[in-house]
Amino acid sequence: MTGARVGRVALSVLAIVLAIVWIFPVYWMVNSSFISTAVLQQFTPHFFPGEYFTVSNFTGAVADGSFFGALGMSVTITLIVVVVCLIFAFLGAVAISRFKFRGRKSFVLALLLIQMLPAEGLFIAQYKMVSSVGLLNTVLGVSVIYIAAVIPFTIWMLRGFVAGVPAELEEAAMVDGLSRFQAFMRITFPLLAPGLVASGVYAFLQAWNEFTVAVVLLPAESAQTLPLWLRGFVQASATRETDWGQVMAASTIVAIPVIIFFLIVQGRMTSGIVGGAVKG
Amino acid sequence: MSTHTAGRRIQPRRTTGVPYVLIVPAVVALLLGLGYPLVWQFITAFQDYGLAQQFGKPPEWVGFDNFANLLWDGEFWAVLVRSLVFCIVTAAVTVVIGVLMAVLMNAVGRTVRLILQISMLLAWAMPVAAATTVFIWLFDRRRGVVNYLLDMIPGVDMNRFDWLGHPLTFFLVAMILIVWMSVPFVSFAVYAGLTQISEEVMEAAQIDGANAWQRFRRIIVPMIRPVLSIVLLLQLIWDLRVFAQITLLKDAGSKASDFDLLGTYIYKLGAAANDFGVASAVSIVVLVITIAISWVYVRELIKEDEAQ
Repeated sequence: MTGARVGRVALSVLAIVLAIVWIFPVYWMVNSSFISTAVLQQFTPHFFPGEYFTVSNFTGAVADGSFFGALGMSVTITLIVVVVCLIFAFLGAVAISRFKFRGRKSFVLALLLIQMLPAEGLFIAQYKMVSSVGLLNTVLGVSVIYIAAVIPFTIWMLRGFVAGVPAELEEAAMVDGLSRFQAFMRITFPLLAPGLVASGVYAFLQAWNEFTVAVVLLPAESAQTLPLWLRGFVQASATRETDWGQVMAASTIVAIPVIIFFLIVQGRMTSGIVGGAVKG
Repeated sequence: MSTHTAGRRIQPRRTTGVPYVLIVPAVVALLLGLGYPLVWQFITAFQDYGLAQQFGKPPEWVGFDNFANLLWDGEFWAVLVRSLVFCIVTAAVTVVIGVLMAVLMNAVGRTVRLILQISMLLAWAMPVAAATTVFIWLFDRRRGVVNYLLDMIPGVDMNRFDWLGHPLTFFLVAMILIVWMSVPFVSFAVYAGLTQISEEVMEAAQIDGANAWQRFRRIIVPMIRPVLSIVLLLQLIWDLRVFAQITLLKDAGSKASDFDLLGTYIYKLGAAANDFGVASAVSIVVLVITIAISWVYVRELIKEDEAQ
């Protein structure tokens, strides 16, 4: 009995230690962002900002002329990708979960395979395509590529939500005299709101965080998105003393909106990715 | 699920034009962003397409020359083997740690579990660019907290150890970063599977005298095998696409080719050396590897979908 209890306490202690290890990099980012670089340069690291607390890193990072340009690029691209993907994917999800049609299976199969393709395996070709029509360093060029990359999983995710609304509901409404389209819009569509939110957040996270394709398609400094703006700080560190306080403030700025949105949809995404395997 | 299956049967389902119209926008978007580049890449992989072609010279057909050249290219093999080893080791370590964390989550009380879950969620949510940047700072040669803490251990001299300067420690840092980022997904997925295992089965096994290891090996592992295989496949696929992490770590470390994986190697060939023919050939190798791994996963998902 006491042996079991000791074991339980030991496991709890282990779990807490692991929790600290896992959160440490995030904590260290936020902690360093509130300490001035002069203090960070000292030999002994400071585990709490304490008396050294300052927000100058944030004002410094934002004052760096390119921040608002990068923010504007990221917001514009993300908005376009989210809106276009939601509309296109919604239509596609309705097609595959409410209709049987020839080629349906191949379409679903193609979506799932496409979603696996790594950006690294295509970005040179995408670079050639986008540059040949003069769209390098433009919102349009990068958005076209992002939309294609994000749509497959968005359709797959929404398909689950559409299929989750029983068709009987629609049919009952049709018996009551609504047309098929009306029944869909009045009955099914409102029930899909959580699905649209979850898929929208997924598209947001993909577009906002994307780094690989952005490196290739947005080489000009004037066309940076936020992840590329952050890279600028790392690259600069190769030539001069790194302003780590500012770099961590920049990282925090990039990470905060993502963390908030991510916490909203986390559960939905896990179950979407592992499919029905979790249901046991 | 049964209501939904019943609903499907009732619904009139004649093949009409409607579903085709509905998928047109998605298909057009996919053809534009992926289809065209894919076709171009397949054509270019069989052409001599270099700097001269950039300035208007028509590309020449060279058959399998680009692939044949790769066969004799020591650097390509080094990069390929390095990428595969990195991918397999990282995926294996991620899954093992992820499963252990899930078992731990299942074993501790509610409060402790919640603390562990919140901390893992935060790690999982970090954007890759921010996460990599933080790791560069953690492992910084002069002021990094990792060197500071390791140096405090008696007998260990890690003062100013240059983690990103040597290939082996460079990839160790990359692996720690990727494992840190990916373990939460594995743990949450496996934990969801574990909660499906009934208490009675575990108790019965315990009464029958099965020890903790036997219960893990004989009950837990078989019950979560479907999740486990999917999660492992996904990790293998994801650990091949680590361009972002490697690029940023190289920015802070070394530009040398000893630090390249497939992604950064293709980028170098294409965007830097303008050797689009060879870059396309390597890209196709990457796509083939990915499709080979994903095929199993996709088949599983389709099976699940049809079983519903």
